[in-house]
Amino acid sequence: MVDGRVPLGIMSVPSTTSRPVAANSVWPQLEPLLPQVTKPIQYVGGELGAVVKDWDAATVRWALMYPDAYEVGLPNQGVQILYEVLNELPDTLAERTYAVWPDLEKLMRAHGVPQFTVDAHRAVRDFDLFGVSFSTELGYTNLLTAIDLAGIPLLAADRTDDDPVIVAGGHAAFNPEPIADFVDAAVLGDGEEAVLEITGIVREWKAEGRPGGRDELLLRLARTESVYVPRFYDVDYLPDGRIQRVVPNRADVPFRVHKRTTMDLDAWPYPKKPLVPLAETVHERYAVEIFRGCTRGCRFCQAGMITRPVRERSITTVGQMVQQGLEFSGFHEVGLLSLSSADHSEIGDMCSGLAEQYQGTNVSLSLPSTRVDAFNIDLAQELSRNGRRTGLTFAPEGGSERIRKVINKMVSKDDLIRTVVTAYTNGWRQVKLYFMCGLPTETDADVLEIADMAHEVIRAGRAATGSKDIRCTVSIGGFVPKPHTPFQWAAMERPEVIDHRLRLLKQAINADRSLGRAIGYRYHDGEPSLIEGLLSRGDRRVGAVIRRVWENGGRFDGWSEHFSYQRWVDAAAEVLPGFGVDLDWYTTRERDELEVLPWDHLDSGLDKDWLWQDWQDALSEYEQDDCRWTPCFDCGVCPAMDTEIQIGPTGRKLLPLTPVNGLKLPTGAQQ
Amino acid sequence: MAFSQGFTPHPKISYASAAPTGVASEAEYLEIGLREVVDPEQLRSALDAALSPGLDVLDAVVASGSSLPDRIEASHWRIELPQVHPDVLAKAVALFTAAEEVLVERMTKQGRRTFDARAAVVKIDVIAAPATPSGEPAVPCAILELVVRQVTPSVRPDDVLSGFRVVAGLEPPVAPKVIRLAQGTLTAQGAIVDPLDAERDGATIGGR
Repeated sequence: MVDGRVPLGIMSVPSTTSRPVAANSVWPQLEPLLPQVTKPIQYVGGELGAVVKDWDAATVRWALMYPDAYEVGLPNQGVQILYEVLNELPDTLAERTYAVWPDLEKLMRAHGVPQFTVDAHRAVRDFDLFGVSFSTELGYTNLLTAIDLAGIPLLAADRTDDDPVIVAGGHAAFNPEPIADFVDAAVLGDGEEAVLEITGIVREWKAEGRPGGRDELLLRLARTESVYVPRFYDVDYLPDGRIQRVVPNRADVPFRVHKRTTMDLDAWPYPKKPLVPLAETVHERYAVEIFRGCTRGCRFCQAGMITRPVRERSITTVGQMVQQGLEFSGFHEVGLLSLSSADHSEIGDMCSGLAEQYQGTNVSLSLPSTRVDAFNIDLAQELSRNGRRTGLTFAPEGGSERIRKVINKMVSKDDLIRTVVTAYTNGWRQVKLYFMCGLPTETDADVLEIADMAHEVIRAGRAATGSKDIRCTVSIGGFVPKPHTPFQWAAMERPEVIDHRLRLLKQAINADRSLGRAIGYRYHDGEPSLIEGLLSRGDRRVGAVIRRVWENGGRFDGWSEHFSYQRWVDAAAEVLPGFGVDLDWYTTRERDELEVLPWDHLDSGLDKDWLWQDWQDALSEYEQDDCRWTPCFDCGVCPAMDTEIQIGPTGRKLLPLTPVNGLKLPTGAQQ
Repeated sequence: MAFSQGFTPHPKISYASAAPTGVASEAEYLEIGLREVVDPEQLRSALDAALSPGLDVLDAVVASGSSLPDRIEASHWRIELPQVHPDVLAKAVALFTAAEEVLVERMTKQGRRTFDARAAVVKIDVIAAPATPSGEPAVPCAILELVVRQVTPSVRPDDVLSGFRVVAGLEPPVAPKVIRLAQGTLTAQGAIVDPLDAERDGATIGGR
């Protein structure tokens, strides 16, 4: 502040009359409902970065959904990237829609207001395509709410030419079978090019006068061999309930559908114009992916398996994206995201370069830090140059050396303790340690070793710093076996066993009162994980369970205050025996090598024989190296997908920025 | 933009008597601290460009003299009550005006509080509904304008409506539409003066 002079501003909040309303907008019907619901701002739209295009000037129209509340959905990178990529096309329009909370859902049903987009408040049913991005299976019930509120038939089979084509994407789409009855298509893998290809097919089909209607359009999508159209595949079952085979029910669709891989991330520097939320959201920062894919080979990690190979974004592109993203949005925080950010070949220069560029500003930089080594602390030191220390998280994942060999997380107890002590001696007062419970072959003893580890961390930290003022938080997540991972065959542990282990661990941590006081303990109950397990490895028969749960009021299953375990157990008990299977059959049953898995016809590039071998290696506690630094271990992805590892270093450095002074004026305004 | 000192610096921005959620407004005021001197019109234009359509920054002036909250003495509101007959409203207003004190309840951040909604109301008028072309309003809609003094706890339009419920049992069948028309310093006649007038000195800065 100069001279203590403080400017004043006047702002006007619109009344109904002053708001621009699109011709086919449901805003006039929606607006009177908003004063009656919680956080109405989340339904209003008009964020910085939002785009409203002329409906009639667009040929292909997409409604994009993240099936959770605005506060979780808006920051989603996938949706933001596709929204921007699609809206850059002159003849294409994309708008966003999020899950509405039950209070608004009730009012919308009472007043006949359909599922709407937040951009121009158009009815979702009016769009050509309805793309839904699933990062977790717990969004499935919200998908049904949105379809139903939109006035679209719940079952894909009942839809007509007047209904949008519902396309699922995101990591959960690598096994879309549980929602196969509700979606028209699923896309596996990176979305940037996939949405362009789909847009092209819809554009052409519409230009030709929609020959053959919906069926022909879906057929054209299926023929790309990278869009899965469940209706063109039949599933046959064996008498014991296992799948016999999944085969095309017509001659002109492929036997297997392959994932998409976007190569050369420097050519796709999105988001360029990040959305700046109006309501509070879970992440308020400019996030840039510094690489995609991961070959660390943690056997529980679906993201690492299905996003191979590693493709780095170069230091210069990252620097440019950060500069432009911050300038556009005004965010004060930058997240350098990836599955293992410290592994970027230029991460050191990237962190020091960015720290240098933003020194003395209010920009803070963060790195999801999970790698357990001293290098991670060096990076965190660099990033905290501005004075703000970001939190440090280390993820040994497993409590015992043995279980870490099973999951292929190569870190020793000594490494961990040394690393955490380094953090304490460098001024961190608090670190977070992340573990999982319920891993294959796990025993009580494996989990109890977490307590020993935490005790030793505190003991060593106190000795090294001479201070009692250090803490660690032990955070435990439930393991859920996922498709396309070596653990896809594994049995889940029962929730009672998990909960018992978590109780034993708590007692063990607090057995030493002095050390226990310095250790925080966070965990999740076993029950939601079991349901996530049902949904992640389910087949088409699980769709009936989802539908029953939804009919019984299931919504927002990712939120503990909305999730009802009993509702899922009851629905499974009502529906599954009719198919000769039950909840346990899907969750706590180990699969054998020859069983046809529901997603076998969906190709993530990973060789099933390699996955099985890796599963056997897990059981014999044999570790697998990372192909970033060691020779190829033949997981199958690169040859199958015709891709390759793309890593640096480029040898370039980030140059100091010319400080941007003054105000960012709208284009056309006088400087 | 200037930031506060400390471990987690916050942008220096403060709102003076912000309108409650769900209420439209034509007159909100805020104060922001900047790191350097800028042209107020350029500031206005840059802020306006970053905000949502319909959230319009109309004017910016350089602050001097008394603080912004000191200049916001009262607020001018307009309340539309669809499906309420103006006569019914007029009766409620008469009872409300005649009362010495009208105690209402509202949940505040400090919990449920009971306070007087009457004393802060400086001026209250029932406005004749605009006639439709046929000369007959299609649906009755009573319109109220009121000037309320800024007090603690603040008396909001919904508190005045609660007061009507207390004194006259008036229960609007549909949600009322509330618009803040102006806020600022209060004259003896109950009129509201733009709080930025002192800085403006007769010159229009924001192009209004």
